[in-house]
Amino acid sequence: MANWVLQGLRTGIKTSTYPNRPDSSPGISPGRPSSAELGSRAEVEDLVQRCPTGAILAQNGGVAVEHGRCVHCMRCSQTNEGAAASWDQNYEWAADAPDIPAAVSRLNRTFGRSLHIRFVDAGACSACISEARQLNNPYYNMHRLGFFMTPTPRNADVLLVSGPMSDAMRLPLRKTYDAMPEPKRVLAIGACAISGGVFGPSFAAAGGVSEALPVDVVVPGCPPPPLAILHGLLVLVGRKPPAKLVSLPSDKVMGQS
Amino acid sequence: MVMLEQVVEHRLEGESFFDLCRRTWDRRVLVSQTAGARICRLSCSPRELPEIWQWLTRDLDFSFATLVVDEIADGRWSFSYLFYRESSPWVYLEFPLEAPHAVVPSVVGLHKGPAADWHEREVEDLFGVTFEAHPRLGEFILHEDWPEGANPMRRSFDARHPPVHRDPDPSWQPPTVVEAAGAFAMPIGPVFSDFAESAHFLLETVGEDVIRTIPRLFYKYRGVEKIAERQPVDRALLLAERFSGTSAFAHGLAFCQVVENISGVEVPPRARALRSLFAELERLRHHTAVVTGICNSTALAIATSQAALIEEELLRLTCEAAGHRYLFGLVRPGGLYRDLSVQMQERLEKALDGIAARLDQLHASLRYSSSFLDRLEEVGIISTERARSYGLVGPIARASGVPSDLRKLFPYAAYESVDFEVPTAEEGDGYARLRVFFFEAQQSVSTIQAILSALPPGAISTAGFTVRPGAALGAIEAPQGAAFHWLRIGDDGMVARYRITSPAFTNWHGFHLAAENFAFQDFPIILASFGVSNAECDR
Repeated sequence: MANWVLQGLRTGIKTSTYPNRPDSSPGISPGRPSSAELGSRAEVEDLVQRCPTGAILAQNGGVAVEHGRCVHCMRCSQTNEGAAASWDQNYEWAADAPDIPAAVSRLNRTFGRSLHIRFVDAGACSACISEARQLNNPYYNMHRLGFFMTPTPRNADVLLVSGPMSDAMRLPLRKTYDAMPEPKRVLAIGACAISGGVFGPSFAAAGGVSEALPVDVVVPGCPPPPLAILHGLLVLVGRKPPAKLVSLPSDKVMGQS
Repeated sequence: MVMLEQVVEHRLEGESFFDLCRRTWDRRVLVSQTAGARICRLSCSPRELPEIWQWLTRDLDFSFATLVVDEIADGRWSFSYLFYRESSPWVYLEFPLEAPHAVVPSVVGLHKGPAADWHEREVEDLFGVTFEAHPRLGEFILHEDWPEGANPMRRSFDARHPPVHRDPDPSWQPPTVVEAAGAFAMPIGPVFSDFAESAHFLLETVGEDVIRTIPRLFYKYRGVEKIAERQPVDRALLLAERFSGTSAFAHGLAFCQVVENISGVEVPPRARALRSLFAELERLRHHTAVVTGICNSTALAIATSQAALIEEELLRLTCEAAGHRYLFGLVRPGGLYRDLSVQMQERLEKALDGIAARLDQLHASLRYSSSFLDRLEEVGIISTERARSYGLVGPIARASGVPSDLRKLFPYAAYESVDFEVPTAEEGDGYARLRVFFFEAQQSVSTIQAILSALPPGAISTAGFTVRPGAALGAIEAPQGAAFHWLRIGDDGMVARYRITSPAFTNWHGFHLAAENFAFQDFPIILASFGVSNAECDR
């Protein structure tokens, strides 16, 4: 036992500086394509054509990115294939769900440092689940921010959902949501949970969780890295401002706040 | 075994496997060879299936790989049972089948028959073909509210929308096995634990001890094989990578190898070496994650943290090397999308040295933690005999003394030119599995180091080739074990049939063997020591 304690102490503090200060450790985020004004018409068309999910759109002579559709296939980042999309190394990706006003989607500050989360896998590929699981590792350690996983929906304030909502998970998901006390919020993580990703809509999966539940905040990404999910939780309790779900050529590239 | 020796004898006398097949099945079965004698096709009628199955699996010790059902036209199917064995051609046992006489004899009761159990249940569910004398058919992939007669893998099925569901029967009871006074079934899931994947378990108990576990899976069935149909290859690759995110590279690679095989494309040596490197990096991360899960299941907090730190560092390292933490968007038909820079090679080499040392230290510390070992030893035992009968694969089979590994049997990528060991254990319990995961992780590190020390120069991809029509099988050793991807590309260059047999599908079938007669509190430990992904199984 003493050996374990010693090992633990020797390891020192590994915790991320986020959200107090931006974390720029290499490999914490794969980044994502961002909107850009630059580029010839041919380059824009090339990028739009290479995107297999329709996440990259031509707009006002530039490219817009619908992040909820991006599945990180990385095709638009390959320079040897043609034009490369401009790349955003950020990880603050959480955005308000479409059509939900921020005033409705936020939990008040009472929950700011005591938020209990119930996770439901609605048919995820398990990369999202793996990334969410990392929030408990010493690097991200979400307990320090007052965020806790709970095994029962009866104690939960937030329903964290990943996956496109497979047909068989529709009912368990609904029952879990119904078992939560008010006030409650839904955080949908990953491209599948937002748009169905590469799977839905189809006979076996829906085109996102919002088909069955009122989603408040979404975290795009395939999968969203742990800090992006953490950002989503911070947005829900009003401790961080949200990013945009669609970035337009006229937007400035978002820096880390 | 007698027959096995006979085969060897025949080979010495110059009789090939094909000649043996021809002589044994003279006039009853059409024997032909394709793919440069790498495949031996036996065309028979469904009636002869059990006899040939028995001959292959019992007398010649072949392993069953997968059952591929392909609907050639409405109501007309071709059935292929695929078998493999060390230093022998693959055997494809084939027969056509036509509705309305769509009945096939079940092989479940035969030698190694349990290996085909779930395949038959899946085909019954998704194609509506009945298997004669199968003990339990129905309600497998499609759950009880799915309408009768809607078989998603049939051509006539509309894959755009779910069919109208029927109301669940209020008198429906889960099927139980144990019949004893006071016996009851304790349900777990599909929503349970902190970050568990969706699955449901019925623990049958008479009080303290669980007698039997009945898993109910396919809550995550996303119909990947169906929605891949009529898609271009590039789009289907997205599905191959994403149906199981924690083994994305392995399955993406299997898919690409099939496309290359069908189209006759050579992959440059550098791409082959890098493919092995990334596959091992994925295996290393996967196994570390399983170790984290096992430590967590025994509530050993510091060990969990130590393993989780290594796991996160591997994710970061993967992201630096490949641009994505789970290796999405890296492999492509013909090679890879990204190269590995010289700086990154050095970075990898150095970082992996440190990680290997820390894994060693963690393993050593765990071996001397008696409270930890008490929870794992003699828990969740699978005997060698049962592992063989169920055709289990990967680290779970190897921990039960079945040393099969497709990297050795049918070397692909650069595995022929690197030297590595396939660790095994005999006990088949939770501790044996933990040790195999640790040893394999170490082997992955040394394999990566070996590849890095002799990385061939040159291109990382064969530029511009056209996808040709045809069908082939891709067999790779994914982190969880043998994965078989069978693909048929139609004349229009689109995917006509895509069949994925994942190691999780194979191993989940054997999970109930490990979860028999145990104390309630051991359930999470047995589950963690399997480390099997539901997403990979459910597809």
